[in-house]
Amino acid sequence: MNFLFYGSAVIAVITTLVAITRINVVHALLYFIVSLLSAAVIFYSLGAPFAAALEVIVYAGAIMVMFLFVMMMLNLGQATIEQEKSWLSPNMWIGPGILAAILLAEMLYALNLTDAEMAHTMIDAKAVGIELFGPYVLAVELASMLLLAGLVGAFHLARK
Amino acid sequence: MEITLQTIPMQHGLILASILFLLGLVGVLTRRNIVFVLMSLEIMLNAAGLAFIVGASRWGEADGQIMFLIILSLAAAEVAIGLGLVLQLFHKHKTLDLDTLNKMKG
Repeated sequence: MNFLFYGSAVIAVITTLVAITRINVVHALLYFIVSLLSAAVIFYSLGAPFAAALEVIVYAGAIMVMFLFVMMMLNLGQATIEQEKSWLSPNMWIGPGILAAILLAEMLYALNLTDAEMAHTMIDAKAVGIELFGPYVLAVELASMLLLAGLVGAFHLARK
Repeated sequence: MEITLQTIPMQHGLILASILFLLGLVGVLTRRNIVFVLMSLEIMLNAAGLAFIVGASRWGEADGQIMFLIILSLAAAEVAIGLGLVLQLFHKHKTLDLDTLNKMKG
């Protein structure tokens, strides 16, 4: 179980370092997605499976797709056609691919662990839900108002 | 206080969170493309969330995960507004370079 934490910690640091030093935004986003996936593995190894699932769904899924959509909406001209060509060559996706394959191997390893081998006591979604809608119900209301403000703001800003 | 079963020391998790936070900070300070700056902000928010998860697992309470959920919704709202602003700035100035965008008057 320690291997899960330290392996994905190394991958997270490497991919984040690579992501902030890329020239091309889409390359950086690919590496950043791998970084978020390894953060999800770290959450799982720390006994937070619900947070790990949300990290994959919301961060690596929704937020990164929003970034990609915006990069596609900004029509950057002739350079994008050159990019499309370079995407098809393997030297662009081989780095994130290898790192994601290591994460997949770690996930298969984690699936074969028995409960006794888990290094941490798991805090499952039920415990989080009981806390969330018990003492923290005001925080849920605040988060919903924040998301509403985000929705209205994004609608206003993205209009022509 | 009850200490839960764990083999990964808390310090290691916090060190990892601070390394990721510093990488995000370096990204914000050095990059001049506005999309990279937004992405580095996401890295920093994610590192803060990781620190909360480390705390939650150290004490075996769900409270740290609640804070992570709040950070998650904050990041979603922030990136929606930020990317809307990026679209507007790009339509107006045809560039994503922060040094040319730093005058707020259109």
